[in-house]
Amino acid sequence: MTSAKSDEAEGEEPAAPAAPADRRERARPRRRAVGRRGGGWWPYVFLAPWFVGLFGLTVYPMLDSLYLSFTDFDLLTPARWIGARNYTHMFSDDPVFWDSVHATLLYVVVSVPLKLALALGVAILLNRPLKGIGVYRAAFYLPSLLGGAVAMAIVWRQVFGGDGLFNDLLGWFGIKGQDWISSPDTSIYTLILLAVWQFGTPMVIFLAGLKQLPKDVYEAAAIDGAGTVTRFFRITLPLLTPIVFFNLVLQIIDGFKTFTPAYVVSNGTGGPLNSTMLYSLYLYKKGFTDLQMGYASALAWVLFLVIAGFTAVNFVAGRYWVHYDD
Amino acid sequence: MSAITPSVPPLQKLRSLRSLPGPRRVLLHTLLIGVALVMLYPLLWMLSSSLKPDTDIFTHPGLIPDRLHPRNYAEGWSGSGNSFALYITNSLIVTIGAVTGNVISCSLAAYAFARFEFRGKRSWFALMLATLMLPMQATLIPQYTIFYNLTWINTFLPLIVPKFLATDAFFIFLMVQFIRSIPRELDQAAMMDGANPLQIYLRIILPLMRPALITTTIFTFIWTYDDFLGQLVYLQQNARFTVPLGLTLFLDKTSGSSYGAMFAMSTLALAPTLICFLVFQKRLVEGLATTGMKG
Repeated sequence: MTSAKSDEAEGEEPAAPAAPADRRERARPRRRAVGRRGGGWWPYVFLAPWFVGLFGLTVYPMLDSLYLSFTDFDLLTPARWIGARNYTHMFSDDPVFWDSVHATLLYVVVSVPLKLALALGVAILLNRPLKGIGVYRAAFYLPSLLGGAVAMAIVWRQVFGGDGLFNDLLGWFGIKGQDWISSPDTSIYTLILLAVWQFGTPMVIFLAGLKQLPKDVYEAAAIDGAGTVTRFFRITLPLLTPIVFFNLVLQIIDGFKTFTPAYVVSNGTGGPLNSTMLYSLYLYKKGFTDLQMGYASALAWVLFLVIAGFTAVNFVAGRYWVHYDD
Repeated sequence: MSAITPSVPPLQKLRSLRSLPGPRRVLLHTLLIGVALVMLYPLLWMLSSSLKPDTDIFTHPGLIPDRLHPRNYAEGWSGSGNSFALYITNSLIVTIGAVTGNVISCSLAAYAFARFEFRGKRSWFALMLATLMLPMQATLIPQYTIFYNLTWINTFLPLIVPKFLATDAFFIFLMVQFIRSIPRELDQAAMMDGANPLQIYLRIILPLMRPALITTTIFTFIWTYDDFLGQLVYLQQNARFTVPLGLTLFLDKTSGSSYGAMFAMSTLALAPTLICFLVFQKRLVEGLATTGMKG
């Protein structure tokens, strides 16, 4: 995440650990001396709600969830310790778990690159002085705001249904469609399309990045006779890698968390044949339909580790291909 | 750039970066309008279907309804357990509570991070950013057991109270960035006048960070209004249903003849987000761009 990185690098000097009494010779910038108050207990007052939330609703639940993942727990009776059996069951004899892993990976691996490519492509088209640019930007961004809603998923279900809009469009070209939602081979692709349809968020972030690219480099390149394609691959893309990277991390995490459209399109079943059983939906079903909360906690921890792993890999890989300004 | 004389050939290329020549501009507009139409078509189709009689929805796929059938809205409004008036009221309670909580708790936390030095600040800040990455699913079950033991299931509290505890780190981050752009001299002047940090927060920081608070309000509103998983888990009685939950009731009767009503209520459900978008379009896009990027 570029923002986090740059943010920590600047601004925050090592937090002064000692009391103000600690007189040191090092001249500090004046603005710090006057502007930043040690503040005594004031910052803790302001942070109090956040501390309660952090420990009560994040740290403790994470640990509790880890504990529960080694138990058999149905909410109504006390949790019973069963060791690693949830995990061994998950990996060795739960075919639905593997169905959901398959569906989720397919969903992420196909939708994220398509979404980012479209976002970058449209952002580049929009990154020029053109009449009505604001209207286009708004039109392309709108689906990102609406796409997560139940209402939108309901509409989607009808668009790709047997007699839906999509088949009408195919009909114009003389292609006979099918019910894309109820076929196990295609249902996940309707969800992927819904995800790609929401390319507006990364597009807006790309646009902001493009605006910050130094103009003189392009002018120099143009004078040197570099064409559009060369400019894109030699200048735009390398300079934009931090933002590509940021969007990539964000979209992958988003992909793993997707729940609503899978629930709505399959009416809560994850079907047909578990083809839309996205991981979050499976977790929900295990925890809240089957009340296997121990097992669902194990699923939650696996999801957490996978997301943390992906984020870490992205950051490490980013070091090799991400170009930062300096 | 103006120093270069217009007769130098490369300038042709240079100009093409700035403004496109006529034909290419037309081409670009055509392309963009085409993409926009494809993107927005499902929405237009939804709107048009919501105004057609059930028998026409799938047989007359054109956008302009042959026969107007606004009764879909009346049928949908009352046709699913309770009336949509109740679902909308419930959604309003949840969203207003969440917005209030986020604005207060996140601005307090952001003020502390942006303006004070304290022990372990860097680590706390890093931890705060790390929670941004944490999926809601990871803590869902233990949180559920907490709220279950508090007998808060089927109340709105599990959806509102966490917002008062600044659990949406995204907004803390957004506000920290914003507060850093407010000149410190203002704080200092107030401090000289004897104001304490709370007064500075109330009289100087809060009023000046209005843009960030508005962005927070809009995004919290939209995200809370749309948050389906949380509402699905915590609200189980029909009387507590919010708009998204009310909509799912249509899913079970797709074999029936309530397509028109379903499209009507879907349109209605998207309307608040759509209105928010139309009113605050610029601010939404900019809020997103500035937090996505460095502040």
